[in-house]
Amino acid sequence: MSVDQATVRRIAHLARIAVTEEEVPHLQGELNAMLAFVEELSAVNVDGVEPMTSVIPMKMKMRTDVVTDQAGADIIVANAPVSEDHFFVVPKVVE
Amino acid sequence: MTEPTSLTLAQARDALRNKTLSATELTKAYVSAMEKGRALNAYVTETPEKALAMAKESDARLANGTAGPLEGLPLGIKDLYATKGIHTQACSHILDGFKPNYESTVTSQLWRDGAVMLGKLNMDEFAMGSSNESSFYGPVVSPWLPPKRDAEWARTALAGDKKGLLVPGGSSGGSASAVSARMCIGATASDTGGSIRQPAAFTGTVGIKPTYGRCSRWGMVAFASSLDQAGPIARTVRDCAIMLRSMAGHDPKDTTSVDAPVPDYEAALGRSLKGKTIGIPREYRIEGMSPEIEKLWDNGVEWLRDAGAKIVDISLPHTKTALPAYYIVAPAEASSNLARYDGVRYGLRMPGKDIAEMYEKTRRAGFGAEVRRRIMIGTYVLSAGYYDAYYVRAQKIRTLIKRDFEQAYASGVDAILTPATPSAAFGIGEKGSADPVEMYLNDVFTVTVNMAGLPGIAVPGGRSAEGLPLGLQLIGRPFDEETLFSVAHAIEQAAGQVDLPQAWWNV
Repeated sequence: MSVDQATVRRIAHLARIAVTEEEVPHLQGELNAMLAFVEELSAVNVDGVEPMTSVIPMKMKMRTDVVTDQAGADIIVANAPVSEDHFFVVPKVVE
Repeated sequence: MTEPTSLTLAQARDALRNKTLSATELTKAYVSAMEKGRALNAYVTETPEKALAMAKESDARLANGTAGPLEGLPLGIKDLYATKGIHTQACSHILDGFKPNYESTVTSQLWRDGAVMLGKLNMDEFAMGSSNESSFYGPVVSPWLPPKRDAEWARTALAGDKKGLLVPGGSSGGSASAVSARMCIGATASDTGGSIRQPAAFTGTVGIKPTYGRCSRWGMVAFASSLDQAGPIARTVRDCAIMLRSMAGHDPKDTTSVDAPVPDYEAALGRSLKGKTIGIPREYRIEGMSPEIEKLWDNGVEWLRDAGAKIVDISLPHTKTALPAYYIVAPAEASSNLARYDGVRYGLRMPGKDIAEMYEKTRRAGFGAEVRRRIMIGTYVLSAGYYDAYYVRAQKIRTLIKRDFEQAYASGVDAILTPATPSAAFGIGEKGSADPVEMYLNDVFTVTVNMAGLPGIAVPGGRSAEGLPLGLQLIGRPFDEETLFSVAHAIEQAAGQVDLPQAWWNV
């Protein structure tokens, strides 16, 4: 399989990464090189094989449903590029 | 007196215990080596004041008899480990200015055991790379001189564009470079497809990726969560055994960390190999393998046979599928893990007219080319219509890869011997610029181990025709790191001590 330029733009948007028109052909080439590299997998017989979900067999551990860590609002927003009164500030999303 | 930085971690530990050396003296020697070696670009942040303060506390504990197993030993920490209040960016611009208010489990255990922190080490951005050229902070230089080049030429190149100097491998390139340049006594590293073992092999150092679940991933910047595992790079097998014991162990904060006791790995060194069976997988004898890699491998076989091990040929039929399957699984998990970098909660933010544009501009500016490429491939293979054809198929192949190993171990094999890399270190700017796959092939021998969750160690096995270090890899049964340490120690004894490069880079 290979991707066309429209697909490159669609993937970039899905991944929320801005691409310029000039970058699209180059990215298309790189993505197709990777897809060509993984192409050989389509020849592997995987009939009846379970997909791996956990590389080391282990039982999912459960913990008590209680608060374990209360960092506090100051610490939570300490690394935010923009914050106000313990809120993260983003561009307006509702009119 | 010998230079303190020439001591191995085990030797320095013993010297500190015997009071022939103080933690402050040792730390000062490393702080000086780190400063003089800045041109190698192994460190992205130096913390000399913190190091000296920690050393002072270590000296007090050494004096009053409360010293820990790593007391007073100065370590470098890969930039993907969260260190409270200190630069933690996985060498990405998107985490610009990020200083966590928490400490990773692995590093907190090192400090609990008395280790001293020298600073944060350079790496490929988000651990995606095999040459440490994708770091936002620029490439790391290996202290090993390129073939047919002298120190004077190298100093000129180091002051210039660095072309022709050697890469230390990646993604733990800062760790490998700093250890082999004696700018730390040992370093933390991490391995998703070979990022501990390949740089160790390139720099004549030892690196172990333990079994998946052996170390807690809590507080490590995530790349591909089902493959990522912490481990050390150090100068000797013994040094790695000492470090891993402190790094490993159960952590309730990581549900994939295994609740099993951590053995005294150092005690495994020197155990007889009589009765041990070492498997030699025929599929690793890849087409076009260089004669020097074949010779390295053959030497390893001879050494282990001489040490009393039984050598058997084995088959791991799905070996060839591991690298392509990895390049589906790892980017898929990365695209999901790296979705958190949105310019809202931490790190870089680029303004946009609406939230979608803010996300897109932030991620365009914050991620480097290799990371963007992998996120996009991951997004594609997880997207509607392609999920089954790519992702589910790759996970089925992963089951087959693991089954190959299980069958080998069920037949009585204790460990598997392979080369660590298909070649010695290459030059900066030499690979991957035209075709990303060229760089990916570096991990052809190591990536199977991550796909199967097994432990793997790289140990120096000799030199290339041009005099560069080459490494052998041993792959073990799940949670049997002890056998890896004992077999790797036998190889180390037979191969002889690595003469680390003279400090031509010092200013």
